[in-house]
Amino acid sequence: MDKMNMSMTNKMEQKRMHPHKFTLWVAIGSLLMMFAGLTSAFIVKSNQVNWKPVAMPLWFTASTILMLLSSGTMQLALKSFRERVMRNYRLWMWVTLVLGVGFVACQWIGFQELWSNQVTFQGAGAGQFLYVIFGLHALHVIAGVIVLLVMAIRSFVGSVKSYNTIPVEIAATYWHFVDLLWIYLFVFFWVVGGGQ
Amino acid sequence: MSEVVKTSAPVSEGAHIAHPHEQAHEHHHETFVSKYIFSMDHKTIGKQFLITGIVWAIIGGLFSVLFRLQLGYPEESFPILETFFGEWAKGGQIQPEFYYGLVTIHGTVLVFFVLTAGLSGTFANLLIPLQVGARDMASPFLNMLSYWFFFLAGVVMLSSIFVHTGPASGGWTMYPPLSALRQAGDGQKLGADLWLISMSLFIISSLLGGLNYIATILNMRTKGMSMTRLPLPIWAMFFTAVLGVLSFPVLLSGAILLLCDRNLGTSFYLSDIVVNGEILPNEGGSAILYQHLFWFLGHPEVYIILLPAMGMVSEILSVNSRKPIFGYMAMLGSLFAICILAFLVWAHHMFVTGLNPFLGSVFVLLTLLIAVPSAIKVFNWITTIWRGNIRFTPATLFAIGFVSLFISGGLTGIFLGNSTIDIHLHDTMFVVAHFHIVMGVASFFGMFAGVYHWFPKMFGRYLNNTMAYMHFWVTMIGSYLIFWPMHYQGLAGVPRRYLDKRGWVSFNDFADLDKMITVVSIVVFAAQLLFVFNFFYSIFKGRKVRTANPWGANTLEWTTPIRPGHGNWEGDIPEVHRWPYDYGKDGREFIPQTEPVSAQETKSH
Repeated sequence: MDKMNMSMTNKMEQKRMHPHKFTLWVAIGSLLMMFAGLTSAFIVKSNQVNWKPVAMPLWFTASTILMLLSSGTMQLALKSFRERVMRNYRLWMWVTLVLGVGFVACQWIGFQELWSNQVTFQGAGAGQFLYVIFGLHALHVIAGVIVLLVMAIRSFVGSVKSYNTIPVEIAATYWHFVDLLWIYLFVFFWVVGGGQ
Repeated sequence: MSEVVKTSAPVSEGAHIAHPHEQAHEHHHETFVSKYIFSMDHKTIGKQFLITGIVWAIIGGLFSVLFRLQLGYPEESFPILETFFGEWAKGGQIQPEFYYGLVTIHGTVLVFFVLTAGLSGTFANLLIPLQVGARDMASPFLNMLSYWFFFLAGVVMLSSIFVHTGPASGGWTMYPPLSALRQAGDGQKLGADLWLISMSLFIISSLLGGLNYIATILNMRTKGMSMTRLPLPIWAMFFTAVLGVLSFPVLLSGAILLLCDRNLGTSFYLSDIVVNGEILPNEGGSAILYQHLFWFLGHPEVYIILLPAMGMVSEILSVNSRKPIFGYMAMLGSLFAICILAFLVWAHHMFVTGLNPFLGSVFVLLTLLIAVPSAIKVFNWITTIWRGNIRFTPATLFAIGFVSLFISGGLTGIFLGNSTIDIHLHDTMFVVAHFHIVMGVASFFGMFAGVYHWFPKMFGRYLNNTMAYMHFWVTMIGSYLIFWPMHYQGLAGVPRRYLDKRGWVSFNDFADLDKMITVVSIVVFAAQLLFVFNFFYSIFKGRKVRTANPWGANTLEWTTPIRPGHGNWEGDIPEVHRWPYDYGKDGREFIPQTEPVSAQETKSH
């Protein structure tokens, strides 16, 4: 955070978080409630008869690695932007973007592998939840990718340069959230979903 | 005027570098579209919510009149209904499927579109920036999106009424398994999908709105506006937004799973079902799961509807009895307690669904605990107006009416909150009477009070008082006449949602009572149309507001010009020096929040 250059005079101003950032944190709380609703529905249902666990394909491990890497590159992009090294900023934004697309692709291939292993919408079990929960998460990653794309393109066009770090910080926070959410879901399906 | 940009928000320096032309184009070049349609001004968005809410209230209210006709006069035939609704009212009689559609759309529309979007959408948008001292919401753009998602949800819901197989007819709760199966009836076909899509859009709208309300209240207060100097409507909107932001996403997850069950063949809610002799392949689902997800929103939703009304009533009663609100901190504490308890009582809607009786007893205790903060609030409202110098404006009357209805409806909640009594009362007209009085009509009264009180701020004109008093008395007396007798019906076991009760000898005693309720509901509906007429007539022809502070109120919205532009204050945003309830202090009728505390003043807050 930019608390380093906080002086006594603007202490009051600095103490308040930027409203857009704050809005994002509330939104994150809200999204967490949605996934909490879904995963608790999972737990309730997993105690019922005819429950079938689901074995997670290796593709999801691959996507986890991509997601973790992308969080790192996003952080590098933010750092470059703060240092106003726009070349590196753009580079890391594109890398993050590609890793995000790679993540979604891995999820998609993973879904296909599951589907061909007879994990379909028929019957009951963890598989149906997996499609819905991972699918909703992937939608949020895609939304993040679109945001990164817009920001990356924006850094090329326009005659006026913006050094306002707020949008980049917000994008980074969102990206890390999507990352952590994925880790939670991944571990959840391994532990509660009986994923071996 | 350039001040508007300079002090608009704690925007960091970079934002100005990015938009050097912003100042030039912020105030002018406002086309009709940017000013009235895709507006980012919180006041205009508030009006959009209100007017859209009014349109939906007319539709939802009209639907209730239609099914009341059926309930009051089941043997009668109304050819005009066939003219309008064709085969749904064959022979002038409402058909069963259409009846369920009417009940469903009436409930959905009034709970969500009118009393959530129309009430908190309107007043949170209008009042939050004006009363906390901000130029606009934290994100005017998200705020605009919030309205347009609501509009879109409305378009989808409206179109479902025109579908050949009819609108959704699973009741406003849309319980599976019936709502998950197309085979279960005409209303479970396309209408139910449209209902779910519409609700999903609506949830997104409320979330975008709620995020903004919270961020604005916590981050954009003017200098001196500490949290304990906030007017009570703002506190109420804050807790409302917190409830919405935490509970609506859970309903969204429930709706998504239901959409999957309907369209992808999954079995989240379905298990071992036979429809018309056909055995369905679904297994392992649980219909109760949906109820948990639904009521985890559904119960907080009750308070999402009620809290804004409570907040506005507190403000209006204090202003119009020229007395400080009694027990400001107790009001905050009780709002907070209600907000917490709202999340812990959802299973009292499920006492008879096979819930573990031990768990049920825990929910009974938590439910009855809500009586404590509710009683604190009622006590404080009454002590606020006690020996006050009351000005009986239409807003005051509606606020007092709110307190009356909240007491009456709250008392019957004590019956329903007991799981044992619920065995007898569940799904009867008693439930209908209870929630209509305490949540529906009471919140409507809060909403009317708000409209009458802040109409001068919204449109720079007054509503017509004669029509307002007629509106109040007809609605007040009518509401009790409609819903009070329903308690007796419910105690006698008359079930809700039944099309025609003539087949039950034991319920035949109530035929005349049902006729009376129907007649009164038509009269009350007409009184609402009078209000709608008054509303639109007064926007253009009402008496003009000549003073900036017509009610002699302390809060910041009355320090703006009579017709404030985008940005609200022409100069700097005023600084706040005191709480908003210094009425009748030191021999002065009222002391605005902007007035510094003088050395001689007695210490109060």
